[in-house]
Amino acid sequence: MMEIQTLQDFFLHTKSITYILMAVILIGMTGFWLFLTDRDED
Amino acid sequence: MSQEAAVFGETSPPGKSLYTPFNVIAGIILIVGFVITILRFTKGLGAVTNLDNNYPWGIWIGFDLMAGVALAAGGYVTSAAVYIFGMKRYHSAVRPAILTGFLGYALVVVALHYDVGRPWRLPYPFIMQQGTTSLLFEVAACVALYLTVLFIEFSTAPLEWLGLKRARSIVVRLTMVLTIFGVILSTLHQSSLGALFLLAPSKLHPLWYSSYLPVFFFVSSVIAGLSMVIFESTLSHRYFAHKMDETHLAEKEGVALGFGKAASLVLAGYFTIKVLGISMDNNWHLLGTGYGMWFLVELLGFIALPCFLYAVGVREKNLCLIKWTSGLTVLGIILNRLNVCLIAFNWHLPSDEKYFPHWMEIGISVFVVTAGIVVFRFIVTRMPILYEHPDYKDSH
Amino acid sequence: MSVSRRKFLGWLGAAGMGTAFGTSANAASNKHFTGYPDSMGILHDISLCVGCRSCEAACNKVNELPPPEKPFDDKSVLDKKRRTTASVHTVVNKYDNAEGTKGPVFVKTQCNHCLEPACASACFVKAFAKTKEGPVSYDPSVCVGCRYCMVACPFNIPTYEYDSAFSPRVMKCTMCHSRIIQGRLPGCVESCPKEALTFGKREDLLRIARERIRKHPERYVDHIYGEHEMGGTSWLYLSNTSFASIGMREDLGTTAAPNLTAGALGAVPLVVGLWPVLLTGVYAMSKRKEKIAKEEEAQAVGDAVAATKAEGEEKLSAALAKAGKDKDSAIKREVKKALEEAAKAQKEEAAEAKTEEDA
Repeated sequence: MMEIQTLQDFFLHTKSITYILMAVILIGMTGFWLFLTDRDED
Repeated sequence: MSQEAAVFGETSPPGKSLYTPFNVIAGIILIVGFVITILRFTKGLGAVTNLDNNYPWGIWIGFDLMAGVALAAGGYVTSAAVYIFGMKRYHSAVRPAILTGFLGYALVVVALHYDVGRPWRLPYPFIMQQGTTSLLFEVAACVALYLTVLFIEFSTAPLEWLGLKRARSIVVRLTMVLTIFGVILSTLHQSSLGALFLLAPSKLHPLWYSSYLPVFFFVSSVIAGLSMVIFESTLSHRYFAHKMDETHLAEKEGVALGFGKAASLVLAGYFTIKVLGISMDNNWHLLGTGYGMWFLVELLGFIALPCFLYAVGVREKNLCLIKWTSGLTVLGIILNRLNVCLIAFNWHLPSDEKYFPHWMEIGISVFVVTAGIVVFRFIVTRMPILYEHPDYKDSH
Repeated sequence: MSVSRRKFLGWLGAAGMGTAFGTSANAASNKHFTGYPDSMGILHDISLCVGCRSCEAACNKVNELPPPEKPFDDKSVLDKKRRTTASVHTVVNKYDNAEGTKGPVFVKTQCNHCLEPACASACFVKAFAKTKEGPVSYDPSVCVGCRYCMVACPFNIPTYEYDSAFSPRVMKCTMCHSRIIQGRLPGCVESCPKEALTFGKREDLLRIARERIRKHPERYVDHIYGEHEMGGTSWLYLSNTSFASIGMREDLGTTAAPNLTAGALGAVPLVVGLWPVLLTGVYAMSKRKEKIAKEEEAQAVGDAVAATKAEGEEKLSAALAKAGKDKDSAIKREVKKALEEAAKAQKEEAAEAKTEEDA
């Protein structure tokens, strides 16, 4: 990987990863909520 | 039936039919809009706008996008109140709010096609290169996703209209997830629209520039959403009362009182953080300048005043006052977006270099709003929006 | 981000020279970025510029831009303040009444090629990039035309081809990137007859500029414009008058553009992470409240039913009791009646018997 020399490139790098993580989180949280509550009686 | 109701009614008897005042005016606007559209897409932005190199953003961004998105916030505010906070007594307000929100966002996207230089490239941020450091990327992603969410949420109405029961039941089962997604996406892009201007501290007047900008935009979107529900319900009742069922009519007053109370409270909070914003940046001395006066007009006339009027309206159960106040509040939100985007933007420029919209820019904005009203009318007079479909009563 | 020994020594040197270098990039857990090492820049010594417009002519030629309305040797265009346009990447402006100067002052304006460009931070398709050579490049093949770069630029540099319907581009100075790569000078620098423009490594240019100020303190304002403005720019300016009086803003601050939005961008993942928790939490609570309310309602209904039932039973038994009583009294009444009748009959009989006896 090329070395990051500017703040802009650093942010570009971290935000790109963060965006992917955010998509995973949104889907994952939905699944987790179902796991947490699917034995609730009601 | 009142005269307006007859004008706006779903079917006109054959003979006098199409040439109602509404249809004629809307028709003229749509034709003019169509002509400007052709000009815009064949001659370029320069032919129809007063945009220049100092003012790359005009009213298509300041009004259509910024104000449009804020005013379409009714969808997430109402569905959150009913489905997440459990305020079932406002249930009849959800569908019209979702419809208004969906149409609002759809029109924002339509307006964007006029404004950007190469609209056919609008998917590029997602499919070509992701400029993730841009708040505009965040806005684009959230608006695209939220438009999809709103479309699915709204789809129950056409599905009932078309009698597709199975598809409808799938969508209904998704209600909670969609509502929560809607609130997350709205929080993000409403605030990010304000955060767009964080990048331009040297261009936006310090009274409007604040590190709180994203918070201001988010909080004021809640106010805009609440007020638009009241405002839209007032107009709907005036023109489509015959389409409303008993539940809707019975809950209508409660909605106005409840939403008016909420709007008053949030306006009070908004006023507070606006004042705190001045304090944080130590901008008190700027209040005495010309821009300061204008800032005070917005702060006192369009935030403090509606806050107080809503409170009086709610205390005295004065529905008429609440309705007028909702109109004032909506104007205030539009004014705020125009201030940030155009009026207080480039405040260093001499007044002769400042931007004033070309009449064709205004033409397109009016065209877009008219298109929205026509589609709203088409849907409300046909689909179960203001009433519950008889087949699905008590199914929520 | 690597801290090579050479660079580290460079920092020490910088610290030793007493220059504050650390104002530009301090976000992200104290990570510090100093930009591409050895990147190129241009030093514009405003005190040397005579307003000949040779740079404008060269720029026009090198970039193959459309011919100007008035020829480049026409000095009358200097009478009106100009800005860059879609077909003019650089302009020279004349300032007559600049602070503490006798004659007019000429200032060349073009893209400053920021070390941390606001346009790059703003672009949602990464059309702008800071290259390692120094220029900020623009790629029209991905540009959507949102013009947020123009809103973001603190120097008001990017322009737009508003008159193009099908392929409008953002236009700005390229610092002659292609020429730099070939080892040639940028067009404007090459054409300057007065050496008001110096091309070189930015770090060397800073040294040269400091040296000039040190040697001629009476001539220069003690400020290198572009050293720290908006986190630093590749174009650097020396001036014999205050920058504010020649149309260069001194209130831009030293915060690099990416840092201006870092907070807002940082809040986005927090909302994504915590809003679902908060919202489902509220939902669960309101649902539970609803459930309890329902149970209480059911209980209340049950109680009410029971109460009604009990009341009903009581009424029934009371009615029965009353009925019993009524029956009793009826019997008594009947008995009494019967007894009375019997007594009467007896009396009558006795009276009859008496009359029979008397007769």
